[in-house]
Amino acid sequence: MDPVFLSRLQFAVATMFHFLFVPLTLGLSIIIAYMETQYARTGDKTYLRMTKFWGKLFLINFAVGVVTGITLEFQFGTNWSRYSEYVGDVFGSLLAIEATVAFFLESTFIGIWIFGWKKLSPKAHAGVMWLVAIAGNFSALWILTANGFMQHPVGYTIRNNRAEMTDFTELIFNKFSLLEILHMIPSACLLGAFFVMGISAYHLLKKQHLEIFNRSFRIALVFGLVSSFAVAFTGDLHGIHVAEVQPAKLAAMEAHWETQTKAPIILFAWPDQEAEKNLWEFGSLPGLLSFLGFHDFNATVQGLNDFPKEDRPPVLLTFIGFRIMVGLGTLFILLTLIGLFKRNRLVDSPGYLKTMLWAIPLPYIAIEMGWMVAEVGRQPWIVYGLMRTSEAASPIAGYQVMISLIAFIVVYGLLGAVGFFLMAKNAIKGPKPEEA
Amino acid sequence: MILQTTWFFLWGLLWAIFFMTDGFDFGVGTLYPFLGKTDTDRRMMINSVGPLWDGNEVWLITAGGVTFAAFPKVYAVMFSTLYTPLLLILFALILRGVAFEFRGQIDSPGWKRIWDACIFVGSATPGLLFGVAFANIFRGIPFDSQGIYHGNLLMLLNPYGLLGGALFLVLFMVHGANWLAIRTSGDLHDRAVATAHKLWIALVALAVLFLGASFFATSLYDNYFKYPALFLIILVTVAALLGIKYFLTRQHYFKAWFSSAVTIVGATFFGIAGLFPALYPSLKESGATLTAFNASSSPLTLKIMLTVTVIFLPLVIAYQIWAYNLFKGKVTEDDLEY
Ligand code: HDD
Ligand code: HEM
Ligand code: HEM
Repeated sequence: MDPVFLSRLQFAVATMFHFLFVPLTLGLSIIIAYMETQYARTGDKTYLRMTKFWGKLFLINFAVGVVTGITLEFQFGTNWSRYSEYVGDVFGSLLAIEATVAFFLESTFIGIWIFGWKKLSPKAHAGVMWLVAIAGNFSALWILTANGFMQHPVGYTIRNNRAEMTDFTELIFNKFSLLEILHMIPSACLLGAFFVMGISAYHLLKKQHLEIFNRSFRIALVFGLVSSFAVAFTGDLHGIHVAEVQPAKLAAMEAHWETQTKAPIILFAWPDQEAEKNLWEFGSLPGLLSFLGFHDFNATVQGLNDFPKEDRPPVLLTFIGFRIMVGLGTLFILLTLIGLFKRNRLVDSPGYLKTMLWAIPLPYIAIEMGWMVAEVGRQPWIVYGLMRTSEAASPIAGYQVMISLIAFIVVYGLLGAVGFFLMAKNAIKGPKPEEA
Repeated sequence: MILQTTWFFLWGLLWAIFFMTDGFDFGVGTLYPFLGKTDTDRRMMINSVGPLWDGNEVWLITAGGVTFAAFPKVYAVMFSTLYTPLLLILFALILRGVAFEFRGQIDSPGWKRIWDACIFVGSATPGLLFGVAFANIFRGIPFDSQGIYHGNLLMLLNPYGLLGGALFLVLFMVHGANWLAIRTSGDLHDRAVATAHKLWIALVALAVLFLGASFFATSLYDNYFKYPALFLIILVTVAALLGIKYFLTRQHYFKAWFSSAVTIVGATFFGIAGLFPALYPSLKESGATLTAFNASSSPLTLKIMLTVTVIFLPLVIAYQIWAYNLFKGKVTEDDLEY
């Protein structure tokens, strides 16, 4: 039982699970804050019922997000102690700042939001939701800055056998992190929007609570439309930067083996890591990879075979993950554009509403795939070009990690099942009847 | 030197605040099956900590984060050598956190019983295990200069470690009972007060035993004999301990709770002051002991973190006090949320 492999598996399970809940927190909190603000401004009770209905789903989701975050904070120490020692001087401060400036704000004010309905004025209560939304997105900002350092380390020097910080501003203005943030926040908003549209579609299909769900759908639609374009736009920018600083990842994302100019994009393929080529390919668009990576059809794109074998990331996962994410990203633009035309006669468009209902899981898949591309594509490095994942694990026995990994899978499996079941149950039940 | 020393005490302070704040909701959760006779009682107990427990738990995340930022080597070695106990604590916190949210979602006794059990286990386990872990840290942990642990889980359950665990657990229960005395009324309130009185006797016994055992099991007192002024910490802690009883008897429940809060901070600093400058002493090789001076981050990182802390910590404390203030009255049946 190899502790490195098991720790990788455990970290993947733990972060991917955490990230099933986080994006909804980020996106939905903003939508709810907007709805509650409308209530505070107009006194229209429909907005209050919307706030409470979505708020209830939000809180179930939030609870799972919070508790799964706590294990992550400690896993760098438990499972990646060599890594923590080596880069803690730089990386640790970002996590500590995240807790100090964001988590406190979010956790303290969410408690006030839940229990403070009678203690605060509607305006103050809506303000509290804004603080929660801002704090959540702020925490994302810091964690992505930390992740950005792992993807593209800057602002440090090697001293005393470890990475020590030399320039804090360089660290927080790391271009890689900024691009991650610009890509990640809209993708979370997109997920929140599809969640609201999907559940609204369910009730509109049943022709119940029309006022609430028509309004919710249309608010979310605007949100989703803007985010779906933003995600694609920033994703493209992100890709260019990856091409520049992580050429091996780019090659893996595209299953691109041989260095060439006018490099093509291959639509579908089955890459084989051992054979160092694609077993089959389908649909090749000449020059497009050169263009996407460098905005120049004639640019030279390095192929995987130019990298030593031990420096190549797993190609299959990276390649497929990227295909799925981008494919879905295109689909989301299409779906929100259709919504734009149908927005005034939603109830009369059952086909579209059904599609949107079944589309709820898709942004989840896109987001998980995005992270798979980002994180698996970074391999074999834990900090790109600086430290290998194989050197990073704690000196602990494999069986310990095995036991904890099983515990993670069992507990998280149950937790996820119960969490999604409760969300579905409340979503189907619909809003509370109007209070007298 | 000064930076590292400052960070050593800030590190201790963060752990102390974590024990002081999350301590009372751990206590309430531990007392939960014993004091919560009816469903209404139980909902009152949950609601008494409901708005605050999550904010309290962030002190743990911050204490962990600051260990990482200021003393990365301690973060690495401490959490990997204490792998299993730490994960047990984290899983307990997971179950407890979702239990608060999930329990009220379905109105069936069987469903509620599951989450009731999670609230109890999830609150008692961290109290106990943090006590065991810190007592063992006071004593020293068998790891070598490579950060490799030489021992097994059972070694942590030595008598001194268990005594530490019992002390923390009972301390948190008293702290929680005091909290319930402030925030509940009627029968539940009376039972909480009676429990606080009873547990206080056990607490005094455990505290005396622990202070004595520390003399034999650890070298914490070396610093005290070197700087006798440190005995003030013990004096204040003991005074606060007596204060709990004094104020309980006079029915000044907020003051009683404040006294248990001071007792917790005092107990933590009793250990921290004795450890200085060590954060994580090794029982195996004295050369492997991690101290504020050999395990810290670079001066630049420490300075940046100090700036962040000096600005944001007072802010956090201010809005948390505001939140506590907002929810200071008695929980009544018509504002039950869960
Ligand atoms: C702050 C840092 C950070 C952040 C924000 C994330 N990760 Fe990560 N991830 C790591 C830090 C990390 C890590 C500690 O660096 C790992 C463990 C082993 C490794 O190489 O990187 C890792 C590995 C890792 C792997 C396994 C890759 C492999 O070993 O082949 C997956 C699938 C993910 N992560 C997925 C995610 C997801 C879904 C995230 C969204 C929340 C995420 N990561 C955010
Ligand atoms: C892109 C990646 C991540 C983002 C955007 C993110 C964002 C968030 C957000 C918004 C929350 C609040 C509530 C919720 O989850 O629903 C949260 C909770 C949490 N996350 Fe993450 N997270 C990410 C990954 C991580 C990682 C890798 C760690 C480990 C260091 C971590 C540690 C935590 C902790 C400790 C909490 C609980 C905070 C509390 O009690 O309020 N997160 N995260
Ligand atoms: C439509 C076009 C899209 C493009 C061109 C694109 C591009 C990219 C690229 C190049 C990466 C890898 C960055 C790295 O190596 O770290 C990435 C990561 C990611 N993608 Fe996308 N993406 C698109 C759509 C989406 C959609 C629709 C979602 C989710 C709703 C999404 C969510 C993510 C996430 C969460 C990450 C990881 C975070 C990050 O590294 O920024 N992406 N994307």
